[in-house]
Amino acid sequence: MSAADLSLALLVIAVATWTIAARGLYPAVIGFIAYGLLLALIWVRLASIDIALTETAVGSGVSGTLLLRAAARHRGKVAIAAPASLTVKIVAALLSAAVSLAVALALLLPPGPAPSLAAAAIADMPRVGLGNPVTAVLVAYRAFDTWLEAVVLLLALVAIWSLARGPSWTGTPVIWGKAAATPPLTLLAQLLAPAGTMIGIYMFWVGADAPGGAFQGGAILAAMWLLPMMARLIRPPPIEDLWLRRSLIAGPAVFLAIGLAGFATADAFLAYPKFYAKPLIILIEAALTLSIAATLTMMVAGPQQESEAP
Amino acid sequence: MSETDLFGLCGAGLVGLGLFGLIAEGLPLRKILAFNLLGGGVFLIFGVVARRGAAAGLAGDPVPQALVITGIVVAFSATALAVSLVLRLLDWEEAADPSQPGESGEAQS
Repeated sequence: MSAADLSLALLVIAVATWTIAARGLYPAVIGFIAYGLLLALIWVRLASIDIALTETAVGSGVSGTLLLRAAARHRGKVAIAAPASLTVKIVAALLSAAVSLAVALALLLPPGPAPSLAAAAIADMPRVGLGNPVTAVLVAYRAFDTWLEAVVLLLALVAIWSLARGPSWTGTPVIWGKAAATPPLTLLAQLLAPAGTMIGIYMFWVGADAPGGAFQGGAILAAMWLLPMMARLIRPPPIEDLWLRRSLIAGPAVFLAIGLAGFATADAFLAYPKFYAKPLIILIEAALTLSIAATLTMMVAGPQQESEAP
Repeated sequence: MSETDLFGLCGAGLVGLGLFGLIAEGLPLRKILAFNLLGGGVFLIFGVVARRGAAAGLAGDPVPQALVITGIVVAFSATALAVSLVLRLLDWEEAADPSQPGESGEAQS
């Protein structure tokens, strides 16, 4: 354990405490974004670069954008529920401390050596033609989980759309009110979006052999789509747009089609035929990247509103 | 104490902090924030277990690592849905009681 590790751990705890204790909602959300970035550094220290990228892009970046937007809309409005009384706070603090203590003891006194599937994961990697074991777990060994996850994302988006004010399943999400974009934001969107799009595509492509993949790449692409939207350079698409709908279902649909084809070509659902595993996995990852980018973008954009004047 | 133990303790502390926030905070959006802190702690604990499972030349067990990636993305989608529900609830409260100081014009824009 180095001094850097210790200060990193203490800093994460301090920022998390700030997120809970901050008076305003806005500072709390800023604290949460910093918390995500610091957590990503811990992931690097734990040699999990794939998770560090996901935490930065999704856990801190896209979540932070969503929560900042919500905090901005919340400003000046009354609380729906009153804060807890002092008694409740004391009981909650004791309970939380007890839970923390129990978890810490379980971690410091493990019942035996940690279980590991690393050897099994490595053994089959040549067969699926991938160099990144985490990607191999995601799209080959535990492909069913990943497919279900893509469907969960889609269902969550459908649920968000169903919360629209109007009765209709058409309309355009509204991003950040009507205020004009500031010149620095416009410049940032113009400069960053093209470069960031390249980085997002690269991150998906390199995911087969190095840290990266569909989730990290898709999240970066979502950010690069949201940025010009916030800068008013482009408008969010109407939710009934055919190309949007196709992008949203591309990932789960391609995944399912190749999975079903596995019955004929490899004798099992979501199994890949021997010599075509890698091209099929890249195809699935490409479709997933597109769908994840579109889904995350539309989730942050929020429910649609019917256009008042065309 | 090794670095994995240290980060494990950090994860345990985050779970406690998040749990406290989830119970003690009044504002729904702050409960959502606390819930995400809690989730970060759980993921971190799982990551420590993955790091301890280092074998076969890998720095960590890739199976828990992949599950954490799945978890982060699913936690985001749950957060997005929860935030949309809270904002919709605010709309309702305003519509029910127009005397509140909310700027419904901003929300409509």
